[in-house]
Amino acid sequence: MDASEEPLPPVIYTMENKPIVTCAGDQNLFTSVYPTLSQQLPREPMEWRRSYGRAPKMIHLESNFVQFKEELLPKEGNKALLTFPFLHIYWTECCDTEVYKATVKDDLTKWQNVLKAHSSVDWLIVIVENDAKKKNKTNILPRTSIVDKIRNDFCNKQSDRCVVLSDPLKDSSRTQESWNAFLTKLRTLLLMSFTKNLGKFEDDMRTLREKRTEPGWSFCEYFMVQEELAFVFEMLQQFEDALVQYDELDALFSQYVVNFGAGDGANWLTFFCQPVKSWNGLILRKPIDMEKRESIQRREATLLDLRSYLFSRQCTLLLFLQRPWEVAQRALELLHNCVQELKLLEVSVPPGALDCWVFLSCLEVLQRIEGCCDRAQIDSNIAHTVGLWSYATEKLKSLGYLCGLVSEKGPNSEDLNRTVDLLAGLGAERPETANTAQSPYKKLKEALSSVEAFEKHYLDLSHATIEMYTSIGRIRSAKFVGKDLAEFYMRKKAPQKAEIYLQGALKNYLAEGWALPITHTRKQLAECQKHLGQIENYLQTSSLLASDHHLTEEERKHFCQEILDFASQPSDSPGHKIVLPMHSFAQLRDLHFDPSNAVVHVGGVLCVEITMYSQMPVPVHVEQIVVNVHFSIEKNSYRKTAEWLTKHKTSNGIINFPPETAPFPVSQNSLPALELYEMFERSPSDNSLNTTGIICRNVHMLLRRQESSSSLEMPSGVALEEGAHVLRCSHVTLEPGANQITFRTQVSIDCPWSIYSTVIALTFSVPFRTTHSLLSSGTRKYVQVCVQNLSELDFQLSDSYLVDTGDSTDLQLVPLNTQSQQPIYSKQSVFFVWELKWTEEPPPSLHCRFSVGFSPASEEQLSISLKPYTYEFKVENFFTLYNVKAEIFPPSGMEYCRTGSLCSLEVLITRLSDLLEVDKDEALTESDEHFSTKLMYEVVDNSSNWAVCGKSCGVISMPVAARATHRVHMEVMPLFAGYLPLPDVRLFKYLPHHSAHSSQLDADSWIENDSLSVDKHGDDQPDSSSLKSRGSVHSACSSEHKGLPMPRLQALPAGQVFNSSSGTQVLVIPSQDDHVLEVSVT
Amino acid sequence: MAVCIAVIAKENYPLYIRSTPTENELKFHYMVHTSLDVVDEKISAMGKALVDQRELYLGLLYPTEDYKLCRYGYVTNSKVKFVMVVDSSNTALRDNEIRSMFRKLHNSYTDVMCNPFYNPGDRIQSRAFDNMVTSMMIQVC
Repeated sequence: MDASEEPLPPVIYTMENKPIVTCAGDQNLFTSVYPTLSQQLPREPMEWRRSYGRAPKMIHLESNFVQFKEELLPKEGNKALLTFPFLHIYWTECCDTEVYKATVKDDLTKWQNVLKAHSSVDWLIVIVENDAKKKNKTNILPRTSIVDKIRNDFCNKQSDRCVVLSDPLKDSSRTQESWNAFLTKLRTLLLMSFTKNLGKFEDDMRTLREKRTEPGWSFCEYFMVQEELAFVFEMLQQFEDALVQYDELDALFSQYVVNFGAGDGANWLTFFCQPVKSWNGLILRKPIDMEKRESIQRREATLLDLRSYLFSRQCTLLLFLQRPWEVAQRALELLHNCVQELKLLEVSVPPGALDCWVFLSCLEVLQRIEGCCDRAQIDSNIAHTVGLWSYATEKLKSLGYLCGLVSEKGPNSEDLNRTVDLLAGLGAERPETANTAQSPYKKLKEALSSVEAFEKHYLDLSHATIEMYTSIGRIRSAKFVGKDLAEFYMRKKAPQKAEIYLQGALKNYLAEGWALPITHTRKQLAECQKHLGQIENYLQTSSLLASDHHLTEEERKHFCQEILDFASQPSDSPGHKIVLPMHSFAQLRDLHFDPSNAVVHVGGVLCVEITMYSQMPVPVHVEQIVVNVHFSIEKNSYRKTAEWLTKHKTSNGIINFPPETAPFPVSQNSLPALELYEMFERSPSDNSLNTTGIICRNVHMLLRRQESSSSLEMPSGVALEEGAHVLRCSHVTLEPGANQITFRTQVSIDCPWSIYSTVIALTFSVPFRTTHSLLSSGTRKYVQVCVQNLSELDFQLSDSYLVDTGDSTDLQLVPLNTQSQQPIYSKQSVFFVWELKWTEEPPPSLHCRFSVGFSPASEEQLSISLKPYTYEFKVENFFTLYNVKAEIFPPSGMEYCRTGSLCSLEVLITRLSDLLEVDKDEALTESDEHFSTKLMYEVVDNSSNWAVCGKSCGVISMPVAARATHRVHMEVMPLFAGYLPLPDVRLFKYLPHHSAHSSQLDADSWIENDSLSVDKHGDDQPDSSSLKSRGSVHSACSSEHKGLPMPRLQALPAGQVFNSSSGTQVLVIPSQDDHVLEVSVT
Repeated sequence: MAVCIAVIAKENYPLYIRSTPTENELKFHYMVHTSLDVVDEKISAMGKALVDQRELYLGLLYPTEDYKLCRYGYVTNSKVKFVMVVDSSNTALRDNEIRSMFRKLHNSYTDVMCNPFYNPGDRIQSRAFDNMVTSMMIQVC
C-alpha cells in the first residue's frame, strides 16, 4: 500500500499514474479505510461536464492517495500536472471536544494555512464516526456538535466541505449509505478540481502558444507543456483527448516546417536541422520512449527524434483506442512526411540513412500491429498495411543497389565502407527487441551483411508484397513491384526469372493501353529475351520497338539494325524461318486500282498500286513484297464489289486504309454508325402527310450494353489458304514513311459457256450434284447414278460412261440407258443405270468413274468444247450373300388371314455363296472344316399393320456354305384388313465381343438351334451338319466368362442381303363383327 | 501546384496525360497507372454513395515520398477519371483548392466533349484544354 509512503517520483508511465489526492490528519484512520475507498471509488462512473463546449463524458475515477506534505503543493509557475494534487483531504475521528480543542483544531488550522498559502481551494474534511469508540468514552458530545464546530471554524460558507463517514468498517445499511454519500462527494469534488485546474492549465498553455511568434519561444518547451495535458488525459483514460494534444503538436510543427520552407523561418527550427547522425527507426514497443523525450526536453532532439517520439505516442494512444489500421495509415504518411521535411529543411543526411530509417520504421510498425491483432484481422486489412510492405521493399531495394549487393560481382570496397557507415548509424540494438529473432534491426543488419542474405530478404519482401497486392486486387501495383523484381533479376543475370514479371506487366499495360510504360517494359523485355537467346521473341520485340515513336531515333535504329543483322546472318538450319508480324514494320495506307473501278475485261491489265507506310527508322531493302488476295466468294459478289467500289471510291480509284492508332484499340470502334432515316407517314385514305420525323434504324445496335470489361486485345486476322492468289514485287527498298509499290497483273479468265468476256468478280458454282446407289435383284447387281442439276440453267447431257477404274478384268458394266442425249432441266434429276456382270468371284469393292458430257441447252453454239463432268465413287460388298424370304400363312384350316387371329410368319434365310473373302471376320467360326457365322434377324413392322407375337428377333448360327438355309417361324397378328405388306425382316451380323465367343449367348440362351436345319442337297446325311452346327455352338458355349461386354450388331451392307419377298402383300379379311355397337341418343 | 495531370478513360487508358517537362515523364505514367488501383478501390467502396451524393472528389489517393497524388472521379455516367499529382512540398494547397482545380479540369473536359468534332474515347488534343492544364501546372497557390 503506497498511501502512507513517500510520494513517488513522477514516473511517466501514464497508464499507471492516477490523479494525486493528499491525506492529512489521522494517518492510521485513513489506512484503515483505504482498502474500501480505493476499491469503491472507481466503481461508479460520473459525468464530467467539460469547458469549451466539449461533450460531457462518463468517467471512472481513480486516485493515488498520498500523505500530505507541503512540498507536494506546486510552487508558483510550476506547470507540472501529473504531480499536481487535485484534492486535499483531512481525516479525523475526533469525537471529544477536549481533544478537538487541544490538538485537532490546531492541526487543521495549520493544514488550512498551508493550503491557503498555495491558494489551493480543493480540500475536504472527513469526520469518521465510530460507535464502538463512543461507547467507551463518557464525556461524549453528540456527533453533530463536533461537525458543527469544524464547519464553524473552517468551512466558512462551504459547509459541504465537511463530511461524516459513519462506521466505515461495518457491514450495515447505514454504513453503505454513508459510504455512497461520501464517495459521490469525493467524485464531485475531484471532477470540479479537474475542470478548474485543467481549464486553468489549458488557458496558460494557450497563452504560451500565442507567444510563438515572439523571439525566444521554444517549441520544445511548449511541447512539454502540451504533452503534460496529454498525459493527464491519458491518466484519466481519455485517450481521444490525449491524442488530440499530440495531433495539435504535430500540426503545429508541420506548419512551422512549411513556413520555414516558404522562407518564414523560426529560429528555433534550426535546432531540428542538425545533420542526421542516427537512423535507428521508430520505437513503438514502449509506451513512452524516455530517451527521446529527454532529448526533446533538453532541446537536443533532431527532426527525426521529434517525429519518432510524437508518432510513438500517437501510436500508443491509437492502439489504446483499438485503431491499429489508423496506425498503419498514419505511419506511411509520417514516413513520407519526414522524407519530405528533411528535404525541405535541407538537412544533411548520409546516403542510405533515410532508407534505413524508413525500412526499420515500416517493419517496426508492421510488427507492432501484428503484435496486437490476430491473423484473420490482419488478413482482412491488408489494404491498410500493404503500403508499408511496399515501401519497405522499395527502401531495401535502394539500399541493396547503394551497397553494391545487387551487382553481379558483389560489393566493392567503397560499397563496404558505405555499408559500415550505415550500420554504425543504427547504433546498438535496443534492449526491448534484443530477444526478438525477427526484429527489424536484425533483419536490416542481416540483409546488408551479404549478397545472399540481401537476396533472400529482398525476395521475401517482394513476394509478400506482390501477393498482398494481388490478394486485394491491386493488380497494377503488384505488376509494378514485379517490374522492380525483374530489374533485380536482370542485374543478377537471371533473365529467365525476370521474364515472367516483365511479360506480366507488359500484358497489363497493353490491355489498358499505356504507351510509355509499354515502351519501357518492352525495352526491358527485349534485353531479357536477348540474354535468354529467344531469337524469335527478341526479334519480334525489336520490331515493335523499332517502330515505336516513343523511343529516340537512336534507339529505334538500334533495334531495327538488330533485325537486319539477324536477317543477313546465314541461317544455320535452312528450313528455319522466323516470321514477324507485318504491322510493326509497315502499314498499308491505300490501294490504288487502275482502272479505277477495278473492273477489267479478259486480257485486260489491272494495275494495283499500294502505299505502304514503313515504320522503320532506316531504309530497308526488301527482297520481295507479296500481296495475298483474298476472294470472298459470295452470291452476287460482282454486284457487291461494284457497289462497294461506288460507295468507297474516290474518282481516282483509291481505297484508303485509316492508319492504325495502336495501342489504341477501343471498343467504340466496333460501334456501328448511326443510321438515320427520314420517315413519312401518310394517311392511307387521301395520301396526306400525317407525321414526319427521323428515325434511327439501328437503335438496338447502338444502345446495346457494351461488355463492361471490354478487352483491348487485337483481333486476329484473316487466315489465308496456302497458294491463294498472290501478287509479288521483288527487290524494293522501303524508305521510312510512305512508299508506293505497283503490282501489275494481267487478268484472263476462261469462261466456258459464254463468248462474253467476264469481269473479275466471278461466282463459281458447281452445276451438278451426283449420287449413286447399288440395286440388287437376287444376285444380279445394278449401279444407279443420279445427276441433279443445281443451276438455273438447262443442260444437254450426252455420252454417259461408267467405267471401272480398278483392275478387275472379268467385270463388265452393261449400260441400260437408252438415249445417248438427254436434257436435264434446272433443278431436276436424271438417272443412269448399269448392270454389273462378272464371271469369276466378284471383287470385294469396285471403283467407278462416271462421266457425262454437258453443254448448255440454249441454242447458241459453244466455241469451245467443255470437259465432261465426272464423278468417282466406290461400291463395296456388293455381292449378295443371303436371300431372305418371308411368307405369311393363315391359321390352319382357314383360307385367308383374318384380323385379330394369329397367323404364322415363316422366314427363310438362304446362303447364296460359299466362303468368300468378305466373310472373314470375327463372327466366323470354324469347326470340323465347316464354317459358320452368326446372324441376328429381327422382324419389325413399322407401319403397325402387324403385331409380332412372342419374340421378334433371334440369333442364328449360319453355316457358310451355298444353299445353307435357316427357317424361322413366328406368330404375327394382322391388325387391319386389306392387302397388307409383309413386315420387314432385317439381318445383322452378330459380332462377339473380341475372342470371347458366345459366352454371353450361353448366359442368355439366345441361340435357337432347334429349328436349325441345313438343307444340303446332294448331301447324304442331311441331319449331320445340323447336328454339327448344334455341337459347334454348344462347344463354344462352354465358356466360363460372365458379365462380359455385350456383343455388337453390325448391319449387313445393303448389297449383301436380298429380300425376295419385299413388296409382296398378303390379303387379310376382317373378322366377323360380333361386337355391339353402342349408340346413345340424347 | 500540379506536376502531372491525367484524364483516364473508363477503360483505364489515358485520354490525356501531361507532366512538368522538367521531370521524368515515364515516372508519372507509372505513378498515375498504379494509382488507378486505389481509384478502382475507392469507386467500388463508395459505389452508390458516390452517385447519390454527387461527390466526385476522391481525395488523397496515394501519397509518395515525392508527391501526393490526388484524383477526381467521374463515376456518374462516363466513369472518366482525373488524376492530379501535386507537389506536396506545397502543403498550402488545401483540399478545397484541389477540389476547385478539379472542377476547372472537369469543366474544360466537358467543353472538349461538347466539340462535335471530338470522338468520345479519342485522345484529347484540344488546345483550350491544353492551355487550361498549363495554367494549372504553373499556377502557384
